[in-house]
Amino acid sequence: MKLITAVVKPFRLDDIRNALAEVGVQGMTVTEVKGFGRQRGHTELYRGAEYVVDFLPKVKIEVAVTDDLAERVIEAIIEAAKTGKVGDGKIFVTNLEQVYRIRTGETGDQAV
Amino acid sequence: MKLRCKLLPAGLLLGCLTPMLAAAQTADSGDTAWLMTSTALVLFMTLPGLALFYGGLVRTKNVLSVLMQCFAICCAITLLWYVIGYSLSFGPTAGGGVVGDLSRALLAGVTVDSVSGTIPESVFVMFQLTFAIITPALVIGGFAERMRFSAMLIFSLLWALVVYFPVAHWVWASEGWLFAQGFRDFAGGAVVHVNAGVAAVVAALVLGRRKGFPEEAMPPHNLTMTVAGASMLWVGWFGFNGGSAVAANGSAGMAILVTHISAAAGSLAWMSMEWIRFGKPSVLGIVTGMVAGLGTITPASGFVGPTGALFIGLIAGVVCFFATQFMKRKLKIDDSLDVFPVHGVGGFMGLLLTAVFSVYAGGVGLPEGQTLGGQFVVQLTGALATVAWCAVATFVLLKLTGVVTKLRAETDDERQGLDLTQHDERGYNL
Repeated sequence: MKLITAVVKPFRLDDIRNALAEVGVQGMTVTEVKGFGRQRGHTELYRGAEYVVDFLPKVKIEVAVTDDLAERVIEAIIEAAKTGKVGDGKIFVTNLEQVYRIRTGETGDQAV
Repeated sequence: MKLRCKLLPAGLLLGCLTPMLAAAQTADSGDTAWLMTSTALVLFMTLPGLALFYGGLVRTKNVLSVLMQCFAICCAITLLWYVIGYSLSFGPTAGGGVVGDLSRALLAGVTVDSVSGTIPESVFVMFQLTFAIITPALVIGGFAERMRFSAMLIFSLLWALVVYFPVAHWVWASEGWLFAQGFRDFAGGAVVHVNAGVAAVVAALVLGRRKGFPEEAMPPHNLTMTVAGASMLWVGWFGFNGGSAVAANGSAGMAILVTHISAAAGSLAWMSMEWIRFGKPSVLGIVTGMVAGLGTITPASGFVGPTGALFIGLIAGVVCFFATQFMKRKLKIDDSLDVFPVHGVGGFMGLLLTAVFSVYAGGVGLPEGQTLGGQFVVQLTGALATVAWCAVATFVLLKLTGVVTKLRAETDDERQGLDLTQHDERGYNL
């Protein structure tokens, strides 16, 4: 099993959600986050006072999937999140040791 | 009393300097209705107009402190006005036209039947009170986000006593020394805006900068709130300037027209300056330009024509824009909400422009025998006298308040925000 964590531009979220549903993902966790990478921040100007905003708003999506689904999920996220401009985000893939479904007690692939 | 100018159709000035009490002894229902309406409009400028305008400009952790300060000032000044403020402002002069005596303390003599000009005196008392409320409320923009609530309350009351009431007497009471010279301040360029601007910048200097200014980002926490408040100010200003005719007549109508034109011109001028210099027209810019246009037309609003108002608004937008840049970027004075560059500079400039556009571009003209140069000197005298008295008195009063209680919140409290540390509340529990 893999835990796929994607940090993406907020306005791409709906497309990503639809793309993941199409490849068979049945659940995900979405968090509003802030951060910066190569896109860096931006400046804001209030009555001439300039503020550099380092941390830009992004959306973090976490999806737990079975090993055989991982590649397709990653491809789907990349396709849906890509604008071609700096700041499209990143995807982190980690091995997932165990998953439990709290209600039934199921574990492993059954619980994903 | 505020200047009341009866205009002939030809636009000639007549009887502008006649003390009001000498006029009618019965109230005119039209004038009364308009002044009651204006009273509501001007109170609406402070609560909630200015409170929202300022509230949106501060950071999340201080939004309640600003709302609270506006609200508490409204209440405290009201009682002070009843006890002594009305008498000091509009009572018979105690000497030299400097301040009223105490014969009208506790609103002595204000009855159902007492009349001031063509309106019931009760309405006059209320209308003038709303000006006495908004002026110290404007001042809080200078020391926002760092002054302790108790110190703010003591200072505001002292400031009204020593600065606002006397200056209102100088300018608007029939025996006031500036009024006697023909000083033209229709709705409070000196009394409200110069006073508030100067007090704010002096307070900013005495209290010192906010922790982190200017390196740390201190962006407005809710510009939606600010725009809503600014829009209420615009509407309320019709009562502020239109009501200052103290009659429902052509002078009031023209005051509203020129006020509106100046607000629009000031808004667009400021917006254009930002667009040219910074590349984008900003929402905060356009509403700040509006306030500049309104503050600057205030002293002029009963004396100038629509074309004069256009010039005044455009000049206000451009000059106040540069004044704000200069204060913030060059001098790095932390007048938190830019009260001085907008109200102080605008009010001062408006007083001088009143002389110019009384004569040119469709103004009502000058009193017989007065020259443009002569009126300009009178305007400059009044404006400078207000600046000088307000600056010195504000400084002394802050020091005095500082003896009684600490002016400034502790560093940790300031960092945590005044809402929690002064009031044990938060503006948003989301």
